[in-house]
Amino acid sequence: MNTADTLAERRQQAARRGQWRRLAVIENPRLRWGLAIGAVVYLFLALASVEVNWARVAEGSARAVNFLGAFMQPDFISRYDDIVAGLMESLTMTLTSTVVGVLLAIPVGLGAARNISPLPIYLICRAIIAVSRTFQEIIIAILFVVMFGFGPLAGMITLAFATIGFMAKLLAEDIEDLDWRQVEAVRATGAGWLQIINQAVQPQVMPRLIGLSVYRLDINFRESAVIGIVGAGGIGATLNTSLSRYEYDTSAAILLIIIAIVLLCEYSSSHVRRWTQ
Amino acid sequence: MPVSFTSQGLPVWRRRTTRAQWLQYLAWLAGVSLFLLCWKLISDNTMWVFVEDAGRQGSDLISRMMPPRWEYANVLWKPMWDTLNIATLGTVIGVMMAFPVAFLAARNTTPHPLVRSVALMVIVSSRSINSLIWAMLLVTILGPGVLAGIIAIALRSIGFVGKLLYEAIEEIHPTPVEAISATGASRMQVMNYGVLPQVMPAFAGISVYRWDINIRESTVLGLVGAGGIGLQLNASINSLAWDQVSVIFIMIFATVLVSEWISARVRHAII
Repeated sequence: MNTADTLAERRQQAARRGQWRRLAVIENPRLRWGLAIGAVVYLFLALASVEVNWARVAEGSARAVNFLGAFMQPDFISRYDDIVAGLMESLTMTLTSTVVGVLLAIPVGLGAARNISPLPIYLICRAIIAVSRTFQEIIIAILFVVMFGFGPLAGMITLAFATIGFMAKLLAEDIEDLDWRQVEAVRATGAGWLQIINQAVQPQVMPRLIGLSVYRLDINFRESAVIGIVGAGGIGATLNTSLSRYEYDTSAAILLIIIAIVLLCEYSSSHVRRWTQ
Repeated sequence: MPVSFTSQGLPVWRRRTTRAQWLQYLAWLAGVSLFLLCWKLISDNTMWVFVEDAGRQGSDLISRMMPPRWEYANVLWKPMWDTLNIATLGTVIGVMMAFPVAFLAARNTTPHPLVRSVALMVIVSSRSINSLIWAMLLVTILGPGVLAGIIAIALRSIGFVGKLLYEAIEEIHPTPVEAISATGASRMQVMNYGVLPQVMPAFAGISVYRWDINIRESTVLGLVGAGGIGLQLNASINSLAWDQVSVIFIMIFATVLVSEWISARVRHAII
């Protein structure tokens, strides 16, 4: 406290003399300089360990120009059937996985809320959430492709699994800071556990649950575009094939379709969220 | 208020009108039919023979993964360092590019509405393409390696950081801005002394948050050849060395947990 006072006084005296300096972001000078020096050392080490094959980069720049040119003239026609099939798979995967994932996330989310569930169940549900959130969708997809074979089923299960972690975590947080007075009011009428959940908890978290589900639908579509790379079906497989066959105009068309659908999803999901909240 | 009458003519309270009730039934019917239709499409494209022995396959997989081959971890330190570099350098580059884009995209700091729509376009296209797809494109252009990964992460981060930052800029308090401009400050000075101090905490928080996400994403970029631990993962999977895969999974899990902890601590300290 004392040092802070003298610091403030010193600043005021300097200001009277007409010298003014902006306050430092980190007050402690030792920590500030330590962080700065650490950052410089790290940058030096990191940049030194990045190996770049400049000859290969120069060779590739012609391809970059080709690719940009392809974006000017995307080719929707010549692989029309493949694109439509991939897109249908992606969209169906997105929808079913979101529905299944949200339905499964609700019990996990209830279990992971500390204020309404006992400790053992809380720990189990938190463990499920941690596992599902740590691993990228694509890693989970690799495992599920081994288990369930190639195709959209593996992709759907992957996305549903990832949805559980995402939705359950946010739902649990929402339940943890709900208005406890309503729960007490319902409990005072002699309601059982299910009735409390249905009459006191559910009305409070429902708007956010709907908003999050729509948001997750949007994320699942984006993810369904990549898990095809490891064989879990969807538009990603089509994109990967077109890239490895150097058919950049088809890849550009697929990317433009993905961007358009994501835009549409995002626009409608913000609409739905404004409507429910 | 929706009310119906019993046969004795007594009023009974209802939650919805008959019309609303029917509309709700119809909405549920449409939703469930759509779900079933999608499910049918998926099930048509599935080889159910493979699904039937999924349990056996799964237990077989786990038995191959256990015990993990711990010696393999010694090979993994360099790829792990590469992965951290991809995430960190990618975040740094992405944040540096996102910073001006966010100022151009925010309604209150953009020089012109036309510039704003271009900046929004940049943000949207960067956001809607996954970093793995960016990496696939960049590997064909730049060749396999860490550089493609760094740039892929950077390109993906622009949209995320840009979007959250421009929303933060739009929510700033206008009074300091007015106060600074009342002193006769130029446009850049208003930005520097009126806007920047207000968004700096949000900016730092968003960057650290994105760094945390990028650590997660950079672990898989190697699957398409963009460097990092994903390369080892891909090699181990292709050679069916599942006991090595489990070591990699454990390392990824630990790294992600640590990075999440760091990011939560930093965000807690800032905000």
